[in-house]
Amino acid sequence: MSNIPADLKYTRSHEWLKSLPEGIVEIGISDHAQESLGDLVFVELPEVGRSLAAGEACAVVESVKAASDIYAPVAATVVAINVQLAEAPELINQDPYGRGWIMRLKPTAQGADSGLLSAHDYQALAAAG
Amino acid sequence: MPFIPHTDDDEREMLAAIGAPSIEALFDEIPANLRLQSLEGLPSGLSEMEVMQLMAARARADGRASCFIGAGAYEHHIPAAVWSTITRGEFYSAYTPYQAEASQGTLQSIYEYQSMMASLTGMQVSNASLYDGATAVAEACLMAVRANRRSKAARILLPRSLHPHYRAVTLAMALNQGLIFDTVPYVRDAGHMSLDALAVHDGQDITALVIQQPNFFGLFEQVDALTDWAHARDALVIAVVNPISLALLKAPGAWGAKGADIVVGEGQPLGCPLSSGGPYFGFMTTRMQHVRQMPGRIVGGTVDVDGRPGFSLTLQAREQHIRRAKATSNICTNQGLLMMAGTLYLALMGAEGLERVAAASMARTAELVTALTAIPQVRRAFARPGFHEAVLTLDRPVAPVLAALAQRGIQGGLDLADYYPELGHSLLVCATETKSSADIEAYASALSEALRPARAAASTRALGT
Amino acid sequence: MSLALREKLIFEYSRPGRGARGQWPALPAATAPDALPQELRRQARPLLPEVSELDAVRHYTRLSQLNFSIDTHFYPLGSCTMKYNPRACNAAALLPEFTARHPLAPVEHGQGFLACMYELQEMLKALTGMRGVALSPLAGAHGEFAGVAMIRAYHRSRGDLARDEIIVPQAAHGTNPATATMCGCVAREVAVGADGDVDMEALRAAVGAKTAGIMLTNPSTLGVFERRIEEVARVVHQAGGLLYYDGANLNAILGKVRPGDMGFDVIHMNLHKTFSTPHGGGGPGAGAVGVSARLLPFLPLPIVGRGSDTGQPLYRWLGERDLPQSIGRLTGFGGNAGVLLRAYVYMRMLGREGMRRVGEYATLNANYLSARLQQAGFEAAYPQRRASHEFILTLKRAQQEWGVTAMDVAKRLLDLGFHAPTTYFPQLISECLLIEPTETESKQTLDAFIGAMAQILREAQEDPEQLHGAPHKLPVRRLDDVRAARELNLIYQGAGG
Repeated sequence: MSNIPADLKYTRSHEWLKSLPEGIVEIGISDHAQESLGDLVFVELPEVGRSLAAGEACAVVESVKAASDIYAPVAATVVAINVQLAEAPELINQDPYGRGWIMRLKPTAQGADSGLLSAHDYQALAAAG
Repeated sequence: MPFIPHTDDDEREMLAAIGAPSIEALFDEIPANLRLQSLEGLPSGLSEMEVMQLMAARARADGRASCFIGAGAYEHHIPAAVWSTITRGEFYSAYTPYQAEASQGTLQSIYEYQSMMASLTGMQVSNASLYDGATAVAEACLMAVRANRRSKAARILLPRSLHPHYRAVTLAMALNQGLIFDTVPYVRDAGHMSLDALAVHDGQDITALVIQQPNFFGLFEQVDALTDWAHARDALVIAVVNPISLALLKAPGAWGAKGADIVVGEGQPLGCPLSSGGPYFGFMTTRMQHVRQMPGRIVGGTVDVDGRPGFSLTLQAREQHIRRAKATSNICTNQGLLMMAGTLYLALMGAEGLERVAAASMARTAELVTALTAIPQVRRAFARPGFHEAVLTLDRPVAPVLAALAQRGIQGGLDLADYYPELGHSLLVCATETKSSADIEAYASALSEALRPARAAASTRALGT
Repeated sequence: MSLALREKLIFEYSRPGRGARGQWPALPAATAPDALPQELRRQARPLLPEVSELDAVRHYTRLSQLNFSIDTHFYPLGSCTMKYNPRACNAAALLPEFTARHPLAPVEHGQGFLACMYELQEMLKALTGMRGVALSPLAGAHGEFAGVAMIRAYHRSRGDLARDEIIVPQAAHGTNPATATMCGCVAREVAVGADGDVDMEALRAAVGAKTAGIMLTNPSTLGVFERRIEEVARVVHQAGGLLYYDGANLNAILGKVRPGDMGFDVIHMNLHKTFSTPHGGGGPGAGAVGVSARLLPFLPLPIVGRGSDTGQPLYRWLGERDLPQSIGRLTGFGGNAGVLLRAYVYMRMLGREGMRRVGEYATLNANYLSARLQQAGFEAAYPQRRASHEFILTLKRAQQEWGVTAMDVAKRLLDLGFHAPTTYFPQLISECLLIEPTETESKQTLDAFIGAMAQILREAQEDPEQLHGAPHKLPVRRLDDVRAARELNLIYQGAGG
């Protein structure tokens, strides 16, 4: 059974969101997602400063057998990216909620996170496949 | 039954195992009204002997002309070892190396091919080949739009001195995706692009500049200046090159201060027969930073579970069978067998052999141009020498002259009237290392003859007035 | 199959100063290259091997021996139609007059070649029930591009500009959605029902004013004939869309039913599958396209026409003047002529009788294999359906009970001297093997394959480690694909810019 920390929010497309100080949110992919993709071999990151619409594809994680887009869960500007992933994409496999974070976003509007799932709801989604 | 080995006993036993009364019963899920009753319009079968007699007769009808046409497909000597080796069943009748353990021969050959092409073009990575040179240019333009993140315009500058078929294919394949193509003219007397002509694009968002070297007229572009011009404007440079010429000409990776970004071309000169247009192979090489935007198969070295070195298809997440609608291209295969021909050709020729082929072709073309322009009605369209092709201008329409030459078994070149009407009565000629001085003299004398009756007619008219 | 150890790289045979000198032309008397301006000249020689002719021939012959191929092994790779490639086809295509002919040579020097191409077009029309054929697309996916581009051109010519959706069934080949994208369309998937046929309700819900067309393979990628094909055609045509036939599985129905009669507007044919031209380790192919009457004006250029101004037939290339509405030129020249010649020779040898038998015996072989493998304990994905020329087994139970995957079975087959079937496609069926024996395999070969599969099923229960570790007897064992993708090693270290 995959690890689904209770203090994070999730999306239907398997990203997680962590609230950081000053309204910044950190984004990564869930343990369940990294497990089903398998060993990651490459991560394509957005440029810092890029502004994203909610639901816009902005990064790609790639394994040997699959490639999957990462979507911006909310309208936001990219304020930081995890440059370590360029050399070590396996960090996402090893520590999806920690050293495997993908990017940090500054949402453009407050309270735009209404469509997000709780850990409990995401658990149900992940269990359904 | 040709190629179907079943005996009557086999068939009976197989139907019994299936539990079907007849072969016809196996098609019972196809609606009856759709079932085909007869195959009119198809001839009866022939034995191998009969079909070989037919094909030999058809081949004889085509004959063996003396060919001075180039224009993107070139007659070079092909070592006998090339086709005798690659038509071994193990290469000829295998498929794409999906099962790596059972395909190390094909995979290692591709790795060697990638290495040779990267070095020849001065780039860091190569794919396993594309369909042909023309589609490789189209794919390079689409790739440039993905790779050039600084450009939003999807605007590609195509020289008018690019092979006109490459231009046509690029438009047909890329316009559906909304790319914008602007034409860069050539200098009328010099036959190549100039920086002056590019000035109208200053300040524009340009995704890539295509440079063909040597260009369609066989002439040299000022590749260093053009490359630097493009890079100064954040545009990528797509080099379109003849692989044989690269034995002598600067590798695209060394063009200008930073080198070209994507290199493509027609691989046919490397061991592939002319064969009425195919199969050939397109090649594509690039910088490592763009490898994930490259279309087509790529082979990489790795190790097996015991640590033994081996090869497998890699970076497959770019491809249609994984990324489906988001793939870099819909291409599945490469031109495996032709790429093998290219690899064997390069292995046999080596750098020195390739230099000799290039130098001999250049020299034969110079000899041809000298011989033909000695005829008073023939002159060079452009003042400069080029690689192994040249544009000549006649004093009258080219088509009837070529027809007269064809009757004498000489294919005198390509009539440019439809492609470049502004060049008047011009034709593109080519000679490679396969042509002897006697061949060239025969062409010159036939051309001189073909041009004579009109001169006689003209003088008759002159007398009459 | 040689049991040789690793073959070195060609570069490792290289010795400075060695070369296949018999292949080198004499240096020209005139020194034209000296006329090259310095700034255009190459500075350093490319890193090409310096080897003798024997070195090269022996190296590549040894490499060839590391391959499985049709000529050496049963090769039941589903969806790829790996049938015998008759040698006469190759011999005819390599006749010196054909190989020496320049693509832009005058048609007077090509009446033999062009007659073959014209007749090939006519035979393909008769076999598929289409009205026009163009031979130029260079592979199946290239033919798909031509087909969808024609569909777009058709709608545009009618001022119907909103149609940019291409419907594909869930189990379609990846090329179908990728082609839609290349043509500037959006791919829209529709579900497949439990019986393997397209879900008609889903299809009705998907079609509309944006539908450009639907791409279908029939028999489908699930190895069964789409029984409601006429209804599918009605629904799509009524919505204003066109039907595209992906010819990947044409071998199954050759001579039995024609795409044109099923209602398709445009098709591509994989000549390297159905008409037995060699796969060449991944190409060349040929992806000729056929169209119904309404798409005739849009065919890609060039095609071969026949005129007879002088009473004698004269074959010539038709170009833009003949087909002003064409989608244009998709190839440098007229197509993979050498492949087309091979297909022509194959079709002339088979003739109308032989052509009919292709579909019949391909289907007989697939149904026999399917029946016997089910008797041996394997599970078919669609046991209630007739197999077409191929069928799917699912290893779902073996995976759950013994942890043995489709990949394990595939790799073990290699040890036992058989090329593996297609694995993990279509993705709709978990742990699947897609098996296509083709009509050129004998019952004895199929029985040997059934024996090997039965052995593997026993090993799955008794010795699953044997399967996880397979292959054991090949030049390499399972390769580390993750390492290949993470630590890219794409060219020989000594080479490169």
